[in-house]
Amino acid sequence: MSDFFSTLLDEFPQVRAGLWVTVEATVLGSLLALLLSFLLGLMAGSGLLPVRGLSRIVVEFFRGTSLYIQLFWLYYAMPQLTGYELTPLLCGVVAFGLNYGAYGSEIVRGAINSVPRAQYEAAVALNMTPFHRMRKVIMPQAWVQMIPSFTNLLIQLLKCTPLLWLISAADLMTAVEHIRSRTGETLTAYLLLLAAYFVLAYALTLLMNLLERSAKRRLGLHTGAGSLLKSRTAESAATAGGAR
Amino acid sequence: MNQTFDWNAVRDSLPLLLQGFRVTLLATVLGTLVAAVLGLAIAVAGRAPSRWVTVPVKAVMEFVRATPLLVQLVGAAAVFTSVEPLTIGIVVLGIHYATYTSEVYRAGIDGVPKGQWEACRALSLPPRRTWQAVILPQAVRNVLPALGNYAISMFKETPFLAVITVQEMVFEARKYGTDHFAYTEVFTLAGLVFLVASYPTSLLMRKLEKRLGH
Repeated sequence: MSDFFSTLLDEFPQVRAGLWVTVEATVLGSLLALLLSFLLGLMAGSGLLPVRGLSRIVVEFFRGTSLYIQLFWLYYAMPQLTGYELTPLLCGVVAFGLNYGAYGSEIVRGAINSVPRAQYEAAVALNMTPFHRMRKVIMPQAWVQMIPSFTNLLIQLLKCTPLLWLISAADLMTAVEHIRSRTGETLTAYLLLLAAYFVLAYALTLLMNLLERSAKRRLGLHTGAGSLLKSRTAESAATAGGAR
Repeated sequence: MNQTFDWNAVRDSLPLLLQGFRVTLLATVLGTLVAAVLGLAIAVAGRAPSRWVTVPVKAVMEFVRATPLLVQLVGAAAVFTSVEPLTIGIVVLGIHYATYTSEVYRAGIDGVPKGQWEACRALSLPPRRTWQAVILPQAVRNVLPALGNYAISMFKETPFLAVITVQEMVFEARKYGTDHFAYTEVFTLAGLVFLVASYPTSLLMRKLEKRLGH
């Protein structure tokens, strides 16, 4: 045990670098996913059939083919086919972004649809342009609805980052794996790793709760401080069957 | 190095992939079974009258749910070296998903009208009979579509099992890819198999959900 922790101290720079790679992959991957969610989600609400159809095909493709395969395809198959190679971290970011973007687009679509119909009608009656209507009326209300589901997806994205270890990006898992193989302290190493991911997941949940609170404030809905500590994974899991 | 798509590799690797696909399906079915049973047990335990039961159950569940499946799998395989990888895979997948399905059951149980509980109490049915004969039959019917969706997402996560050397589809794909340097063909094929298998199932689940009025 003490052997493990002394090695951990010795190799602390690598562990810190690994943690940074994990955080980087999570943040960049989720930003790409967020962008795609909105793009595909708004396309799904379009009146034009080809636009709607394109969004549908892309979403079903990336949801249907398994993240693992997409990541491996980018890492192993794409260089073979096109001769163009991505760094492992970039492979992760692109695969996470595409996969979770596809799931996220359903959240965006659902949230926009859940804004009461009368809100659209009122905005039309006030002669707002479609862009203005979306920006000032629909989106602020839909956004509040999206955040809990996005939190859930974000945690799931974080939980996929150990995959980077398989495509030899030097993430947190790689660093701890290395220490484990040097010291042979299997149980300690994995428990520590699990605890680290748990802390990361809760930090992200807390941040998203803050975001939700500020979004609700903007709509004039005030929430107590207790809601900040609430874990969102539980709430959305009960309803997210279709969203996954 | 630009290389064209090699159809011979597709033809050669398909039988291997399908052989691996059988293991994938087996793991999904058994894993779903474990998740369905264990999830129900967690949901019922979560309603126990004593806090000494509910608080630890909830804490363990939150921990399992917030940590990566891959680390759990690799960790379990490294600790229990004498157990067969497929068994470890099924149990870990089952436990991981049980933390999700338990929430589904919880929602299903909450959805049973309060009057049903009160009627049981008025008839002084013992707790066991209350659950068995009144609450669960109503709750389970409501949660079936959601459980189906978790089965589909578990199916898409079975490639994780390749890491602990379960010889499922992606394991075979990777092996064939390394041996013949034909990653493009096998991974494209494996992805298509996933798409072909999961898309109709998810359509079916959506239909079922609509029919049950969700």
